[in-house]
Amino acid sequence: MSTLDDKAEETVEQVETTKCPEKEQKNRACGIILIFFVIGLVGSLAVGWLIFPKLLYSQKKQPIDFNHVVHVAAVEDGCESCHYFREDGSFSGVPKLAQCVGCHEEAQGENPEELKFVEEHVTKGNEVPWLVYSRQPDCVFFSHASHIKMGKLDCVVCHGHIGESKHSRVYEENRLTGYSRDIWGKNLAGLKKDTWDRMKMDDCAECHAELKAKGETVTTLPWPINWMPRPYEKPASSQVRVNIQKDACFVCHK
Amino acid sequence: MKVCRRSFLSLIIGGAAGTALSPLPLKLMDDSSIWSQAWPWTPVPEDGEVSHVGSICTLCPGGCGITVRKVNDRAIKIEGMKGHPVNNGGICVLGLSGLQLLYGPTRVKTPLKRVGARGEGRWEKISWDEAIAEVVKKLGGLREKGKSHTVACISGTDRGTVAQLLGRFLTVYGSPNFIRIPSIQDSYELTMHLMQGVQASAGFDVENADFVLSFGSGLIEGWGSPVRMIKANSKWKERGKVVQIESRLSNTAAKADKWVPINPGTEAALALAIANVIIQKSLYNADFVKNYSSGFEEFKQMVLNEFSPDDVSGITGVSASTIESLAKSFAGSSKPLAVCGRGQGETPGSLNEFMAVHTLNALVGNIDKKGGVWTVPDPDYIKWPEVEMDRIAANGMSKARIDGAGSKRYPDTRYLLDRLPNAINSGKEYPVEALFVAGANPVYTIPDSKAVKEAFNKVPFVVSFSSYMDETAVNSDLILPNHVFLERYEDVPTPVGLQKPIIGLSKPVVKPLFNTKHLGDVILLMAKAFGGQIAKAFPWDSYEVCLKETLGNKWDKLINDGFWADSNFRPAVWGGAFHTPSRKFEFVNKGKAESIKIEGDEKAYPLILMPYDSMRLASGFIGDPPFVIKTVEDTVLKGKEIVVEVNPKSARGFREGDQAILSTPKGSVKVRVHHFNGIMPGLVALPRGLGHTAYDEYLADKGVNFNELIGPVEDPVSGLNAAWGIRAKLTRA
Ligand code: SF4
Repeated sequence: MSTLDDKAEETVEQVETTKCPEKEQKNRACGIILIFFVIGLVGSLAVGWLIFPKLLYSQKKQPIDFNHVVHVAAVEDGCESCHYFREDGSFSGVPKLAQCVGCHEEAQGENPEELKFVEEHVTKGNEVPWLVYSRQPDCVFFSHASHIKMGKLDCVVCHGHIGESKHSRVYEENRLTGYSRDIWGKNLAGLKKDTWDRMKMDDCAECHAELKAKGETVTTLPWPINWMPRPYEKPASSQVRVNIQKDACFVCHK
Repeated sequence: MKVCRRSFLSLIIGGAAGTALSPLPLKLMDDSSIWSQAWPWTPVPEDGEVSHVGSICTLCPGGCGITVRKVNDRAIKIEGMKGHPVNNGGICVLGLSGLQLLYGPTRVKTPLKRVGARGEGRWEKISWDEAIAEVVKKLGGLREKGKSHTVACISGTDRGTVAQLLGRFLTVYGSPNFIRIPSIQDSYELTMHLMQGVQASAGFDVENADFVLSFGSGLIEGWGSPVRMIKANSKWKERGKVVQIESRLSNTAAKADKWVPINPGTEAALALAIANVIIQKSLYNADFVKNYSSGFEEFKQMVLNEFSPDDVSGITGVSASTIESLAKSFAGSSKPLAVCGRGQGETPGSLNEFMAVHTLNALVGNIDKKGGVWTVPDPDYIKWPEVEMDRIAANGMSKARIDGAGSKRYPDTRYLLDRLPNAINSGKEYPVEALFVAGANPVYTIPDSKAVKEAFNKVPFVVSFSSYMDETAVNSDLILPNHVFLERYEDVPTPVGLQKPIIGLSKPVVKPLFNTKHLGDVILLMAKAFGGQIAKAFPWDSYEVCLKETLGNKWDKLINDGFWADSNFRPAVWGGAFHTPSRKFEFVNKGKAESIKIEGDEKAYPLILMPYDSMRLASGFIGDPPFVIKTVEDTVLKGKEIVVEVNPKSARGFREGDQAILSTPKGSVKVRVHHFNGIMPGLVALPRGLGHTAYDEYLADKGVNFNELIGPVEDPVSGLNAAWGIRAKLTRA
């Protein structure tokens, strides 16, 4: 930029001394060039930061507006009352209709959303096509059991305070990938404040690296966090179960 | 304001700088990579509840336990069942691809009635009621005319409740013509019958054997229970030796400790020469021979006189010193085991060869001993009341079998399917008026395809119970599709070659996808429609009821574990093991052990064509699913052309990859030539399992069916097919 400005000053000087009409024209042209540069810059920044997100994500409403607060208050086991582990240790995820029917065979109150739920789904036996904010791509293997049961992690760490929500948030679907905006995070620059702000591989790795530094037995990824395995590195201690050996990728990518 | 080129460039540069400072490039790159990894059209299982169902694979007689992973109602993957006595977690490539046989394009989705000419492929969809009524009407008509014996049934097996129901139906209906698909099981059963006086299968304690002498058996190419054998082979690598006697360097030969190339068809002579050395050097088990066998002296004289290593060396091409060293290492091992049956064992083979090989096991006393050959009795859980036959049925059952099994000529043989086409075509016996085919694809698997088709065309009413549009189904009049193995209950008794009796239970992993019906239920419905004694023989409401009742207290264990093993089973002790008239093991000497003469004139056909088997080619009643056919290398199948192996010495001017015409007395086909030093000069080898004309586009019209080029050769003692090859020639295309 500075060179451009210098040049501009130089040109102005020349124009003043010589008063040459040709030079004057040139000077004006340079101004115009600069203006165009700024237009390009500002325009593309606006596109990148403001328009692109609007284009990339479509806004979808959940089929039924769900109130977590009411439900958490009504059940005994907190999140696990509905989002439970099956007998074989696998995680049930979003409840199926069969679970809801236990209480909602008939509408319990006057809430229009509940009435809609009973009418459209319970009576007709149609599963609710919930939009899952945290659904990961198919290539990702994630075990809730090892994180919740063994790692004693709280649901909030990854899912935030969803249990305190009174209404279902708008589901922003990435038009290209079909996954929720929650995976990349609300902030398009990839910045985050809380652990639940993003759910990308780097976010998994961050936590695992921290734990490893504390000497915990966890799966760790090679650092820097990328796809390059470091096959020659030996596990730091015999405690580290699955480490940065060449099979590390297949722990999470089956 | 004049906008010049430079302004425009400046706009672009500004735009580029702005874009770089926005999240757009990084985000788009990330999203595109996710997008391209998960194209919307890539089939991925839906999200849902994962469950596992334990069952048994019945795609081959191996009887492996499987665990099928499901997401919601969809089966996603088949894996080997951990802890199953046959395969303990292992699985073969065919079993692994089993889902393609469930969801693939080759299923018959509803009962079909032929409307065009036979084999034309024009069908009319009919209801189950119509289909069953049609069969009953046809069969009823034959019965009224006293022709019930003209109905025949070809079945993949004669064991388990479904096959037994089928056999029972035929009996009360009045036909003696229940015919099992041939295999080495026939020869082994007969060997056990003649030498040990038992009606039993041969089981091999392969896991404990430490010296395996294989006479051409494809130990890791699908012989016996394929996955079990591959696992046993890994054990032998650690502690044990394998000697493969075979004319071609098969995978088994390549992985063996020693490969002994032999002139094809002379294996029986080699076995007897080995016996000669063992006897001459007194290396045999004296206790067994002296106390538990009979006919040894005669046998001894015979092998000493006729099978000296020197003489046999001339016949077999195996040097006398090799014969001696084989005999010494075999007899000198603590748990030696000799096995035979070529390749995957689909051709029964020469009975003399089986008996000669079994004699080796007897000489070293490893009958019913650890690491040896065990007598495995047929499972006895099927205890249904005797059928009561009416007059017509009794009359029909008194007729001779059309295939000649049990006749004066072949009194001890139970089934002779390979003789059926000729019996029908020659018209010497009575005609076959109706034919049922279940769990088998004889139009493809029986040698001399031309004769088989001709015979099929002579049968006016053919009913196929196949789940797939296979060659036999295509050539039938009515298809009554059975559920596939992942949709039905079925008991699977002891898999071929296993040394202990077990029962497996195939379970429905998914609900039937189409309008198919369990063969067991179809039999019950047919019987009910007949009424009278026939209906009385089938007192069950449904097949499931019948199965549960039959399995009795084993049911719960079978449902929970997938298999039931007799924990009390021990191999018989020599004192009571043999049920021959002498109550001893018989060194039977039925005629001279001549090699089986193959078809064709040596002058006109200078080469010998032999088949070979591979784990990647399913050559039984199931054809290769798409995944498996993909694994076939291009030295076997090049594009759609089949490749034959020839030794460069007998290639006669054919270069690698050349096209040629391969002719035998049975037919001619186009092939490509592959030079292979691992095959003995004078031989041509052709893979089995190709050349399907039916099934789907992935399998049909690829290569040549070996059975088009060969016909059966009757074994003089058993009547079973003993053809190990046929004379052939290669000419320019
Ligand atoms: S060996 Fe046979 S039974 Fe076992 S998995 Fe393979 S096809 Fe199925």
